[in-house]
Amino acid sequence: MKARSLYAVLAFALAFSVAACGSKETAKEEKAAPPAAVASAPVDPATAGTITGTVKLDGAAPKAQRIRMDAEPTCAKTHTTPVMDEEYVVGDKGALANVVVYVKDGLGNRTFDTPKEAVVLDQNGCMYVPHVIAVQVNQPVEIVNSDPTTHNVHPVPANNKEWNKSQPPKAEKITETFAREEIAVPVKCNVHPWMKSYIAVLKHPYFKVTGKDGKFEIKNLPPGDYTLVAWHGVLGPSEDKKVTIGAKETKSVEFTFKPQ
Amino acid sequence: MTQTANPALHKVAVFTACWTLFLLVAGALVTSNDAGLAVPDWPLSYGSLTPPMVGGIFYEHGHRMVATVTGILTIILAVWISRREPRAWMRRLGWAALGAVIAQGILGGITVKFFLPPWVSIAHAALAQMFFCSVVAIAVFTSPWWQSELTVLRYSAHPPVRERAVAATIAIFIQLLLGAAYRHHAFGMLPHLVGAAIVPFFVLPAASSTRDRLFDSAEGLSRCGTMLKHLLYIQLALGGAALWSRLATQHAPQPMPVMIFFTVAHTAVGALTLAAAVLLVLVSYRVLSPVQPHEAIASQREMAGQESGAM
Repeated sequence: MKARSLYAVLAFALAFSVAACGSKETAKEEKAAPPAAVASAPVDPATAGTITGTVKLDGAAPKAQRIRMDAEPTCAKTHTTPVMDEEYVVGDKGALANVVVYVKDGLGNRTFDTPKEAVVLDQNGCMYVPHVIAVQVNQPVEIVNSDPTTHNVHPVPANNKEWNKSQPPKAEKITETFAREEIAVPVKCNVHPWMKSYIAVLKHPYFKVTGKDGKFEIKNLPPGDYTLVAWHGVLGPSEDKKVTIGAKETKSVEFTFKPQ
Repeated sequence: MTQTANPALHKVAVFTACWTLFLLVAGALVTSNDAGLAVPDWPLSYGSLTPPMVGGIFYEHGHRMVATVTGILTIILAVWISRREPRAWMRRLGWAALGAVIAQGILGGITVKFFLPPWVSIAHAALAQMFFCSVVAIAVFTSPWWQSELTVLRYSAHPPVRERAVAATIAIFIQLLLGAAYRHHAFGMLPHLVGAAIVPFFVLPAASSTRDRLFDSAEGLSRCGTMLKHLLYIQLALGGAALWSRLATQHAPQPMPVMIFFTVAHTAVGALTLAAAVLLVLVSYRVLSPVQPHEAIASQREMAGQESGAM
Protein backbone atom coordinates (compact mmCIF):
# COMPACT_ATOMS: atom_id res chain seq x y z
CA MET A 1 0.00 0.00 0.00
CA LYS A 2 2.91 2.26 0.90
CA ALA A 3 4.48 1.61 -2.51
CA ARG A 4 1.20 2.56 -4.23
CA SER A 5 1.06 5.88 -2.43
CA LEU A 6 4.70 6.49 -3.28
CA TYR A 7 4.11 6.02 -7.00
CA ALA A 8 0.95 8.10 -6.92
CA VAL A 9 2.98 10.92 -5.36
CA LEU A 10 5.74 10.41 -7.96
CA ALA A 11 3.28 10.57 -10.85
CA PHE A 12 1.67 13.69 -9.39
CA ALA A 13 5.08 15.34 -8.89
CA LEU A 14 6.03 14.66 -12.49
CA ALA A 15 2.72 15.93 -13.80
CA PHE A 16 3.14 19.03 -11.64
CA SER A 17 6.65 19.58 -13.04
CA VAL A 18 5.25 19.42 -16.58
CA ALA A 19 2.63 22.02 -15.68
CA ALA A 20 5.22 24.19 -13.92
CA CYS A 21 7.59 23.99 -16.88
CA GLY A 22 4.68 24.90 -19.13
CA SER A 23 4.05 28.13 -17.22
CA LYS A 24 7.80 28.89 -17.40
CA GLU A 25 7.57 28.66 -21.18
CA THR A 26 4.70 31.16 -21.21
CA ALA A 27 6.75 33.52 -19.06
CA LYS A 28 9.66 33.18 -21.50
CA GLU A 29 7.36 34.04 -24.38
CA GLU A 30 6.11 37.14 -22.61
CA LYS A 31 9.68 38.17 -21.85
CA ALA A 32 10.64 37.61 -25.47
CA ALA A 33 8.20 40.28 -26.71
CA PRO A 34 10.37 43.33 -27.36
CA PRO A 35 9.25 46.87 -26.59
CA ALA A 36 7.86 48.71 -29.60
CA ALA A 37 10.80 50.59 -31.10
CA VAL A 38 10.32 54.07 -32.50
CA ALA A 39 11.91 54.23 -35.92
CA SER A 40 14.72 56.76 -36.42
CA ALA A 41 14.42 59.51 -38.97
CA PRO A 42 14.20 58.03 -42.48
CA VAL A 43 17.37 57.74 -44.55
CA ASP A 44 17.72 60.62 -46.98
CA PRO A 45 17.57 59.08 -50.49
CA ALA A 46 19.48 62.07 -51.84
CA THR A 47 22.63 61.03 -49.96
CA ALA A 48 22.13 57.26 -49.62
CA GLY A 49 24.77 54.96 -51.04
CA THR A 50 24.97 51.36 -52.20
CA ILE A 51 27.22 48.39 -51.60
CA THR A 52 27.42 45.77 -54.32
CA GLY A 53 29.58 42.73 -54.74
CA THR A 54 29.90 39.01 -55.29
CA VAL A 55 30.42 36.04 -53.07
CA LYS A 56 32.67 33.33 -54.46
CA LEU A 57 33.93 29.94 -53.50
CA ASP A 58 37.69 29.60 -53.97
CA GLY A 59 38.11 25.95 -54.90
CA ALA A 60 35.96 23.02 -55.84
CA ALA A 61 32.83 22.56 -53.78
CA PRO A 62 32.40 19.19 -52.10
CA LYS A 63 30.37 16.87 -54.29
CA ALA A 64 26.67 17.34 -53.62
CA GLN A 65 25.11 14.35 -51.88
CA ARG A 66 22.02 12.71 -53.25
CA ILE A 67 18.94 12.96 -51.07
CA ARG A 68 17.17 9.60 -50.75
CA MET A 69 13.43 10.11 -50.68
CA ASP A 70 12.62 6.45 -51.36
CA ALA A 71 11.21 6.01 -47.85
CA GLU A 72 8.46 8.51 -48.69
CA PRO A 73 7.06 7.75 -52.18
CA THR A 74 4.90 10.90 -52.05
CA CYS A 75 8.06 12.98 -51.91
CA ALA A 76 9.98 10.87 -54.43
CA LYS A 77 7.13 11.19 -56.98
CA THR A 78 7.44 14.98 -57.01
CA HIS A 79 10.88 14.74 -58.66
CA THR A 80 11.81 13.35 -62.05
CA THR A 81 15.55 13.79 -61.54
CA PRO A 82 17.78 12.95 -58.57
CA VAL A 83 17.58 15.51 -55.80
CA MET A 84 20.88 16.78 -54.41
CA ASP A 85 21.53 18.57 -51.14
CA GLU A 86 21.76 22.37 -51.23
CA GLU A 87 24.66 22.89 -48.83
CA TYR A 88 26.85 24.28 -51.63
CA VAL A 89 25.05 25.83 -54.61
CA VAL A 90 27.78 27.15 -56.89
CA GLY A 91 27.26 29.00 -60.17
CA ASP A 92 29.67 30.15 -62.86
CA LYS A 93 33.20 31.10 -61.83
CA GLY A 94 32.64 29.94 -58.28
CA ALA A 95 29.68 32.23 -57.58
CA LEU A 96 28.19 31.06 -54.29
CA ALA A 97 24.44 31.09 -53.67
CA ASN A 98 22.49 31.06 -50.40
CA VAL A 99 24.87 33.45 -48.64
CA VAL A 100 23.46 36.15 -46.37
CA VAL A 101 25.44 39.37 -46.79
CA TYR A 102 24.59 41.92 -44.14
CA VAL A 103 25.75 45.05 -42.32
CA LYS A 104 27.13 43.89 -39.01
CA ASP A 105 28.14 47.26 -37.64
CA GLY A 106 27.97 50.98 -38.48
CA LEU A 107 24.29 51.81 -38.09
CA GLY A 108 24.67 53.07 -34.54
CA ASN A 109 21.41 53.31 -32.62
CA ARG A 110 19.29 53.71 -35.71
CA THR A 111 16.03 51.81 -35.61
CA PHE A 112 13.92 50.77 -38.55
CA ASP A 113 10.27 50.11 -39.27
CA THR A 114 9.36 46.46 -39.38
CA PRO A 115 8.17 45.50 -42.86
CA LYS A 116 4.56 44.33 -42.93
CA GLU A 117 4.99 42.16 -46.03
CA ALA A 118 5.79 38.54 -45.26
CA VAL A 119 8.67 36.51 -46.59
CA VAL A 120 7.46 33.14 -47.86
CA LEU A 121 9.13 29.83 -47.09
CA ASP A 122 7.58 27.04 -49.14
CA GLN A 123 7.73 23.27 -48.70
CA ASN A 124 7.81 22.06 -52.25
CA GLY A 125 8.99 18.65 -53.42
CA CYS A 126 9.79 17.89 -49.78
CA MET A 127 12.43 20.60 -49.81
CA TYR A 128 12.37 24.03 -48.21
CA VAL A 129 12.26 26.67 -50.95
CA PRO A 130 14.27 28.85 -50.84
CA HIS A 131 17.06 27.23 -48.88
CA VAL A 132 17.93 30.50 -47.12
CA ILE A 133 15.77 33.53 -46.38
CA ALA A 134 16.47 36.70 -44.42
CA VAL A 135 13.97 38.85 -42.57
CA GLN A 136 13.91 41.75 -40.18
CA VAL A 137 13.14 41.24 -36.50
CA ASN A 138 9.36 40.75 -36.11
CA GLN A 139 8.80 40.66 -39.87
CA PRO A 140 6.25 37.95 -40.67
CA VAL A 141 7.48 34.69 -42.17
CA GLU A 142 4.77 32.76 -44.01
CA ILE A 143 5.32 29.04 -44.28
CA VAL A 144 3.25 27.18 -46.85
CA ASN A 145 2.98 23.54 -47.74
CA SER A 146 2.72 22.90 -51.49
CA ASP A 147 3.32 19.17 -51.04
CA PRO A 148 0.74 16.38 -50.97
CA THR A 149 2.23 15.15 -47.68
CA THR A 150 2.44 16.26 -44.05
CA HIS A 151 5.41 18.27 -42.80
CA ASN A 152 6.41 19.65 -39.45
CA VAL A 153 8.11 23.02 -39.37
CA HIS A 154 10.68 23.18 -36.62
CA PRO A 155 13.06 26.13 -36.23
CA VAL A 156 15.93 25.41 -33.82
CA PRO A 157 17.05 28.90 -32.76
CA ALA A 158 19.75 29.84 -30.29
CA ASN A 159 18.32 33.28 -29.31
CA ASN A 160 14.66 33.06 -30.29
CA LYS A 161 11.73 30.98 -29.11
CA GLU A 162 11.77 27.43 -30.43
CA TRP A 163 8.53 26.09 -31.89
CA ASN A 164 7.39 23.05 -33.78
CA LYS A 165 4.17 22.99 -35.83
CA SER A 166 2.66 20.39 -38.07
CA GLN A 167 1.37 21.33 -41.50
CA PRO A 168 -0.72 18.76 -43.37
CA PRO A 169 -1.29 19.09 -47.15
CA LYS A 170 -3.46 22.09 -48.08
CA ALA A 171 -3.33 23.31 -44.49
CA GLU A 172 -3.44 27.03 -43.79
CA LYS A 173 -0.15 28.87 -43.95
CA ILE A 174 1.79 29.28 -40.73
CA THR A 175 2.72 32.89 -39.97
CA GLU A 176 5.44 33.44 -37.39
CA THR A 177 7.89 36.14 -36.39
CA PHE A 178 11.30 36.10 -34.71
CA ALA A 179 11.81 38.62 -31.92
CA ARG A 180 15.61 38.72 -31.74
CA GLU A 181 18.46 39.10 -34.18
CA GLU A 182 19.98 35.73 -35.07
CA ILE A 183 22.11 34.67 -38.00
CA ALA A 184 20.78 32.23 -38.76
CA VAL A 185 17.97 30.08 -37.35
CA PRO A 186 18.16 26.52 -38.73
CA VAL A 187 14.76 25.12 -39.73
CA LYS A 188 14.15 21.38 -39.80
CA CYS A 189 11.37 19.01 -40.74
CA ASN A 190 11.59 15.95 -38.51
CA VAL A 191 9.17 14.05 -40.73
CA HIS A 192 11.66 14.36 -43.59
CA PRO A 193 15.11 14.67 -41.99
CA TRP A 194 16.82 15.87 -45.18
CA MET A 195 14.75 19.07 -45.22
CA LYS A 196 16.82 21.98 -43.96
CA SER A 197 16.55 25.71 -44.30
CA TYR A 198 17.91 28.83 -42.61
CA ILE A 199 16.19 32.04 -41.61
CA ALA A 200 18.53 34.98 -40.93
CA VAL A 201 16.92 37.55 -38.62
CA LEU A 202 18.35 41.08 -38.60
CA LYS A 203 17.52 44.31 -36.81
CA HIS A 204 17.78 46.40 -39.97
CA PRO A 205 16.96 46.13 -43.67
CA TYR A 206 20.58 46.12 -44.95
CA PHE A 207 21.00 42.53 -46.07
CA LYS A 208 20.69 40.35 -49.15
CA VAL A 209 20.73 36.63 -49.87
CA THR A 210 22.81 35.73 -52.91
CA GLY A 211 21.37 33.84 -55.83
CA LYS A 212 23.22 31.50 -58.15
CA ASP A 213 25.17 34.44 -59.63
CA GLY A 214 26.62 35.11 -56.15
CA LYS A 215 25.77 38.82 -56.47
CA PHE A 216 24.31 41.14 -53.88
CA GLU A 217 23.29 44.78 -53.74
CA ILE A 218 22.53 46.60 -50.52
CA LYS A 219 20.86 49.93 -51.26
CA ASN A 220 19.77 53.01 -49.40
CA LEU A 221 22.63 53.09 -46.90
CA PRO A 222 23.23 56.41 -45.14
CA PRO A 223 26.81 57.66 -45.61
CA GLY A 224 29.13 56.18 -42.98
CA ASP A 225 31.65 53.49 -42.02
CA TYR A 226 30.30 49.96 -42.13
CA THR A 227 31.37 46.45 -41.32
CA LEU A 228 30.02 43.87 -43.74
CA VAL A 229 29.84 40.11 -43.21
CA ALA A 230 28.79 37.23 -45.41
CA TRP A 231 27.34 34.11 -43.80
CA HIS A 232 26.99 30.64 -45.32
CA GLY A 233 25.07 27.69 -43.84
CA VAL A 234 28.07 25.34 -43.83
CA LEU A 235 30.99 27.75 -43.87
CA GLY A 236 29.67 30.15 -41.23
CA PRO A 237 30.53 33.87 -41.17
CA SER A 238 33.27 35.40 -43.32
CA GLU A 239 35.91 37.79 -42.06
CA ASP A 240 34.65 41.34 -41.47
CA LYS A 241 34.98 43.75 -44.41
CA LYS A 242 35.22 47.47 -43.65
CA VAL A 243 33.57 49.83 -46.12
CA THR A 244 33.17 53.58 -46.06
CA ILE A 245 30.23 54.96 -48.03
CA GLY A 246 30.12 58.61 -49.00
CA ALA A 247 27.05 60.50 -50.17
CA LYS A 248 25.47 58.77 -53.22
CA GLU A 249 28.49 56.54 -53.46
CA THR A 250 28.50 52.91 -54.63
CA LYS A 251 31.23 50.63 -53.34
CA SER A 252 32.01 47.07 -54.34
CA VAL A 253 32.97 44.35 -51.88
CA GLU A 254 34.05 40.81 -52.74
CA PHE A 255 33.76 37.87 -50.38
CA THR A 256 35.66 34.65 -50.93
CA PHE A 257 35.08 31.45 -48.99
CA LYS A 258 37.29 28.38 -48.95
CA PRO A 259 35.37 25.10 -49.11
CA GLN A 260 35.59 22.83 -46.07
CA MET B 1 12.10 -20.58 -1.58
CA THR B 2 10.22 -23.54 -3.00
CA GLN B 3 6.71 -22.59 -4.01
CA THR B 4 4.30 -23.25 -6.82
CA ALA B 5 5.28 -21.28 -9.88
CA ASN B 6 2.61 -19.75 -12.07
CA PRO B 7 3.64 -20.69 -15.65
CA ALA B 8 1.09 -18.35 -17.26
CA LEU B 9 2.33 -15.37 -15.25
CA HIS B 10 5.91 -16.28 -16.15
CA LYS B 11 5.02 -16.46 -19.86
CA VAL B 12 3.40 -13.02 -19.72
CA ALA B 13 6.48 -11.64 -17.92
CA VAL B 14 8.80 -13.12 -20.58
CA PHE B 15 6.59 -11.72 -23.34
CA THR B 16 6.61 -8.30 -21.65
CA ALA B 17 10.42 -8.40 -21.44
CA CYS B 18 10.67 -9.27 -25.17
CA TRP B 19 8.14 -6.55 -26.02
CA THR B 20 10.13 -4.05 -23.96
CA LEU B 21 13.24 -4.89 -25.98
CA PHE B 22 11.16 -4.20 -29.10
CA LEU B 23 10.15 -0.88 -27.51
CA LEU B 24 13.83 -0.02 -26.93
CA VAL B 25 14.52 -0.74 -30.61
CA ALA B 26 11.56 1.47 -31.61
CA GLY B 27 12.90 4.26 -29.37
CA ALA B 28 16.39 3.92 -30.83
CA LEU B 29 14.89 4.17 -34.34
CA VAL B 30 13.22 7.46 -33.36
CA THR B 31 16.55 8.96 -32.22
CA SER B 32 18.56 7.61 -35.15
CA ASN B 33 16.02 8.90 -37.68
CA ASP B 34 15.97 12.31 -35.94
CA ALA B 35 12.22 11.81 -35.66
CA GLY B 36 11.76 12.73 -32.00
CA LEU B 37 9.83 15.87 -32.93
CA ALA B 38 8.15 14.59 -36.08
CA VAL B 39 4.93 14.62 -34.05
CA PRO B 40 4.70 18.04 -32.39
CA ASP B 41 1.82 17.19 -30.02
CA TRP B 42 1.48 14.75 -27.11
CA PRO B 43 -0.22 12.55 -25.92
CA LEU B 44 -2.17 12.54 -29.21
CA SER B 45 -0.35 12.53 -32.54
CA TYR B 46 -1.53 15.27 -34.92
CA GLY B 47 -4.61 15.46 -32.73
CA SER B 48 -5.55 11.83 -33.31
CA LEU B 49 -4.65 8.23 -32.56
CA THR B 50 -4.16 7.49 -36.25
CA PRO B 51 -1.94 10.14 -37.82
CA PRO B 52 -0.55 9.74 -41.36
CA MET B 53 2.26 7.22 -40.92
CA VAL B 54 4.74 8.95 -43.20
CA GLY B 55 8.44 9.69 -42.74
CA GLY B 56 9.44 10.42 -39.15
CA ILE B 57 5.80 10.19 -37.98
CA PHE B 58 5.99 6.42 -38.59
CA TYR B 59 8.87 6.11 -36.11
CA GLU B 60 7.59 8.53 -33.47
CA HIS B 61 3.95 7.43 -33.47
CA GLY B 62 5.03 3.79 -33.86
CA HIS B 63 7.17 4.20 -30.73
CA ARG B 64 4.19 5.65 -28.87
CA MET B 65 1.98 2.72 -29.91
CA VAL B 66 4.56 0.11 -28.88
CA ALA B 67 4.98 2.00 -25.58
CA THR B 68 1.21 1.96 -25.02
CA VAL B 69 1.15 -1.83 -25.38
CA THR B 70 4.10 -2.04 -22.96
CA GLY B 71 2.10 0.02 -20.48
CA ILE B 72 -0.92 -2.28 -20.82
CA LEU B 73 1.26 -5.38 -20.40
CA THR B 74 2.87 -3.86 -17.30
CA ILE B 75 -0.53 -3.06 -15.78
CA ILE B 76 -1.57 -6.69 -16.38
CA LEU B 77 1.66 -7.92 -14.78
CA ALA B 78 1.46 -5.61 -11.76
CA VAL B 79 -2.19 -6.43 -11.04
CA TRP B 80 -1.67 -10.15 -11.60
CA ILE B 81 1.38 -10.22 -9.32
CA SER B 82 -0.39 -8.20 -6.63
CA ARG B 83 -3.33 -10.65 -6.61
CA ARG B 84 -1.51 -13.98 -6.95
CA GLU B 85 2.03 -13.51 -5.72
CA PRO B 86 2.72 -14.53 -2.11
CA ARG B 87 6.13 -12.80 -2.02
CA ALA B 88 5.62 -9.24 -0.76
CA TRP B 89 8.83 -7.97 -2.40
CA MET B 90 7.57 -9.30 -5.74
CA ARG B 91 4.36 -7.34 -5.36
CA ARG B 92 6.43 -4.24 -4.67
CA LEU B 93 8.58 -4.95 -7.73
CA GLY B 94 5.46 -5.25 -9.90
CA TRP B 95 4.18 -1.85 -8.73
CA ALA B 96 7.68 -0.35 -9.12
CA ALA B 97 7.75 -1.52 -12.75
CA LEU B 98 4.33 0.06 -13.32
CA GLY B 99 5.52 3.31 -11.70
CA ALA B 100 8.59 3.27 -13.95
CA VAL B 101 6.56 2.80 -17.12
CA ILE B 102 4.21 5.65 -16.15
CA ALA B 103 7.15 7.94 -15.35
CA GLN B 104 8.72 6.89 -18.64
CA GLY B 105 5.60 7.91 -20.55
CA ILE B 106 5.58 11.31 -18.83
CA LEU B 107 9.29 11.81 -19.58
CA GLY B 108 8.56 10.96 -23.21
CA GLY B 109 5.86 13.63 -23.22
CA ILE B 110 8.23 16.19 -21.71
CA THR B 111 10.81 15.48 -24.42
CA VAL B 112 8.19 16.36 -27.06
CA LYS B 113 6.73 19.38 -25.28
CA PHE B 114 10.14 20.89 -24.52
CA PHE B 115 11.94 20.02 -27.77
CA LEU B 116 14.18 17.20 -26.56
CA PRO B 117 16.06 18.80 -23.65
CA PRO B 118 19.22 16.63 -23.43
CA TRP B 119 18.94 15.74 -19.73
CA VAL B 120 15.31 14.73 -20.03
CA SER B 121 16.11 12.63 -23.10
CA ILE B 122 18.99 11.00 -21.20
CA ALA B 123 16.69 10.33 -18.23
CA HIS B 124 14.16 8.81 -20.68
CA ALA B 125 16.88 6.54 -22.07
CA ALA B 126 18.19 5.60 -18.60
CA LEU B 127 14.76 4.83 -17.21
CA ALA B 128 14.06 2.70 -20.29
CA GLN B 129 17.05 0.52 -19.41
CA MET B 130 16.02 0.31 -15.75
CA PHE B 131 12.48 -0.62 -16.70
CA PHE B 132 13.73 -3.30 -19.08
CA CYS B 133 15.91 -4.76 -16.31
CA SER B 134 13.00 -4.71 -13.85
CA VAL B 135 10.80 -6.65 -16.30
CA VAL B 136 13.62 -9.13 -16.97
CA ALA B 137 13.94 -9.56 -13.20
CA ILE B 138 10.20 -10.20 -12.89
CA ALA B 139 10.49 -12.82 -15.63
CA VAL B 140 13.36 -14.48 -13.73
CA PHE B 141 11.62 -14.35 -10.34
CA THR B 142 8.40 -15.86 -11.74
CA SER B 143 10.24 -18.69 -13.50
CA PRO B 144 9.80 -22.26 -12.27
CA TRP B 145 13.62 -22.52 -12.10
CA TRP B 146 13.93 -19.64 -9.64
CA GLN B 147 11.15 -21.04 -7.47
CA SER B 148 12.41 -24.63 -7.53
CA GLU B 149 14.47 -26.31 -4.82
CA LEU B 150 17.95 -25.26 -5.94
CA THR B 151 21.16 -26.35 -4.29
CA VAL B 152 22.79 -23.26 -2.85
CA LEU B 153 26.55 -23.54 -3.05
CA ARG B 154 28.47 -22.40 0.01
CA TYR B 155 31.85 -20.99 -0.94
CA SER B 156 34.65 -19.00 0.61
CA ALA B 157 33.68 -15.69 -1.05
CA HIS B 158 36.61 -15.99 -3.44
CA PRO B 159 36.53 -15.35 -6.33
CA PRO B 160 34.06 -12.58 -5.42
CA VAL B 161 31.73 -13.37 -8.31
CA ARG B 162 28.69 -11.63 -6.80
CA GLU B 163 30.57 -8.40 -6.17
CA ARG B 164 32.14 -8.54 -9.63
CA ALA B 165 28.74 -9.05 -11.22
CA VAL B 166 27.36 -6.01 -9.39
CA ALA B 167 30.39 -3.91 -10.41
CA ALA B 168 29.98 -5.03 -14.05
CA THR B 169 26.29 -4.08 -13.96
CA ILE B 170 27.07 -0.60 -12.63
CA ALA B 171 29.86 -0.13 -15.20
CA ILE B 172 27.57 -1.15 -18.08
CA PHE B 173 24.79 1.12 -16.84
CA ILE B 174 27.16 4.12 -16.63
CA GLN B 175 28.39 3.29 -20.12
CA LEU B 176 24.79 3.24 -21.39
CA LEU B 177 24.26 6.66 -19.79
CA LEU B 178 27.35 8.00 -21.57
CA GLY B 179 26.05 6.56 -24.84
CA ALA B 180 22.68 8.24 -24.26
CA ALA B 181 24.45 11.52 -23.41
CA TYR B 182 26.28 11.34 -26.73
CA ARG B 183 23.13 10.44 -28.67
CA HIS B 184 21.23 13.33 -27.11
CA HIS B 185 24.02 15.87 -27.57
CA ALA B 186 24.89 16.47 -23.90
CA PHE B 187 28.50 15.25 -24.31
CA GLY B 188 30.79 14.40 -27.16
CA MET B 189 31.68 10.85 -28.09
CA LEU B 190 34.94 10.70 -26.12
CA PRO B 191 33.48 9.76 -22.69
CA HIS B 192 31.55 6.90 -24.32
CA LEU B 193 34.71 5.69 -26.10
CA VAL B 194 36.71 5.83 -22.85
CA GLY B 195 33.86 3.93 -21.18
CA ALA B 196 34.05 1.27 -23.89
CA ALA B 197 37.72 0.77 -23.04
CA ILE B 198 37.02 0.50 -19.30
CA VAL B 199 33.87 -1.66 -19.19
CA PRO B 200 35.64 -4.90 -20.28
CA PHE B 201 37.84 -4.62 -17.16
CA PHE B 202 34.68 -5.04 -15.10
CA VAL B 203 32.73 -7.44 -17.29
CA LEU B 204 35.41 -9.97 -18.23
CA PRO B 205 36.55 -10.75 -14.64
CA ALA B 206 32.90 -11.15 -13.62
CA ALA B 207 32.23 -13.47 -16.55
CA SER B 208 35.41 -15.50 -16.22
CA SER B 209 35.04 -15.99 -12.45
CA THR B 210 31.78 -17.88 -13.11
CA ARG B 211 33.86 -20.54 -14.88
CA ASP B 212 35.89 -21.27 -11.75
CA ARG B 213 35.73 -25.01 -10.99
CA LEU B 214 34.42 -24.11 -7.55
CA PHE B 215 31.14 -23.21 -9.21
CA ASP B 216 30.71 -26.34 -11.32
CA SER B 217 27.66 -27.27 -9.30
CA ALA B 218 26.20 -23.74 -9.27
CA GLU B 219 23.34 -24.19 -11.69
CA GLY B 220 23.17 -21.69 -14.56
CA LEU B 221 25.98 -19.48 -13.27
CA SER B 222 28.59 -20.19 -15.91
CA ARG B 223 25.97 -19.96 -18.68
CA CYS B 224 25.11 -16.42 -17.50
CA GLY B 225 28.80 -15.52 -17.44
CA THR B 226 29.35 -16.90 -20.95
CA MET B 227 26.31 -15.06 -22.28
CA LEU B 228 27.50 -11.79 -20.73
CA LYS B 229 30.98 -12.19 -22.20
CA HIS B 230 29.67 -12.94 -25.70
CA LEU B 231 27.24 -10.05 -25.59
CA LEU B 232 30.11 -7.76 -24.58
CA TYR B 233 32.14 -8.88 -27.62
CA ILE B 234 29.16 -8.37 -29.96
CA GLN B 235 28.50 -4.99 -28.38
CA LEU B 236 32.09 -3.82 -28.85
CA ALA B 237 32.01 -4.94 -32.50
CA LEU B 238 28.69 -3.15 -33.06
CA GLY B 239 30.06 -0.03 -31.36
CA GLY B 240 32.99 -0.02 -33.78
CA ALA B 241 30.62 -0.53 -36.72
CA ALA B 242 28.32 2.26 -35.50
CA LEU B 243 31.29 4.63 -35.20
CA TRP B 244 32.55 3.70 -38.67
CA SER B 245 29.09 4.14 -40.24
CA ARG B 246 28.68 7.52 -38.54
CA LEU B 247 32.02 8.78 -39.87
CA ALA B 248 31.38 7.31 -43.33
CA THR B 249 28.01 9.06 -43.68
CA GLN B 250 28.69 12.27 -41.78
CA HIS B 251 28.23 14.46 -44.88
CA ALA B 252 25.05 12.73 -46.01
CA PRO B 253 22.00 15.02 -46.05
CA GLN B 254 20.00 12.66 -43.86
CA PRO B 255 20.53 9.74 -41.47
CA MET B 256 21.66 6.88 -43.71
CA PRO B 257 20.32 3.31 -43.35
CA VAL B 258 23.74 1.82 -42.58
CA MET B 259 24.26 4.23 -39.68
CA ILE B 260 20.73 3.68 -38.42
CA PHE B 261 21.14 -0.11 -38.56
CA PHE B 262 24.41 -0.30 -36.63
CA THR B 263 23.43 2.36 -34.09
CA VAL B 264 20.07 0.77 -33.33
CA ALA B 265 21.68 -2.69 -33.09
CA HIS B 266 24.33 -1.23 -30.75
CA THR B 267 21.60 0.28 -28.55
CA ALA B 268 19.59 -2.96 -28.44
CA VAL B 269 22.59 -5.17 -27.66
CA GLY B 270 23.66 -2.62 -25.03
CA ALA B 271 20.32 -3.18 -23.30
CA LEU B 272 20.74 -6.95 -23.60
CA THR B 273 24.26 -6.73 -22.13
CA LEU B 274 22.93 -4.81 -19.14
CA ALA B 275 20.12 -7.35 -18.74
CA ALA B 276 22.65 -10.21 -18.91
CA ALA B 277 24.72 -8.54 -16.16
CA VAL B 278 21.59 -8.12 -14.02
CA LEU B 279 20.76 -11.78 -14.67
CA LEU B 280 24.25 -12.77 -13.53
CA VAL B 281 23.76 -10.77 -10.32
CA LEU B 282 20.39 -12.42 -9.66
CA VAL B 283 21.60 -15.94 -10.39
CA SER B 284 24.78 -15.49 -8.36
CA TYR B 285 22.73 -14.36 -5.38
CA ARG B 286 20.31 -17.25 -5.90
CA VAL B 287 22.76 -20.13 -6.24
CA LEU B 288 25.76 -18.95 -4.21
CA SER B 289 26.12 -18.22 -0.55
CA PRO B 290 29.53 -17.06 0.63
CA VAL B 291 30.75 -18.44 3.93
CA GLN B 292 31.05 -15.59 6.41
CA PRO B 293 34.39 -15.19 8.32
CA HIS B 294 32.87 -16.18 11.66
CA GLU B 295 31.34 -19.28 10.04
CA ALA B 296 34.71 -20.20 8.55
CA ILE B 297 36.38 -19.87 11.96
CA ALA B 298 33.65 -21.96 13.59
CA SER B 299 34.05 -24.54 10.87
CA GLN B 300 37.82 -24.67 11.37
CA ARG B 301 37.34 -25.06 15.14
CA GLU B 302 34.84 -27.82 14.54
CA MET B 303 37.26 -29.61 12.25
CA ALA B 304 40.10 -29.13 14.73
CA GLY B 305 37.85 -30.53 17.50
CA GLN B 306 36.99 -33.57 15.41
CA GLU B 307 40.68 -34.18 14.69
CA SER B 308 41.67 -33.94 18.40
CA GLY B 309 38.71 -36.19 19.33
CA ALA B 310 39.88 -38.72 16.80
CA MET B 311 43.30 -38.70 18.38
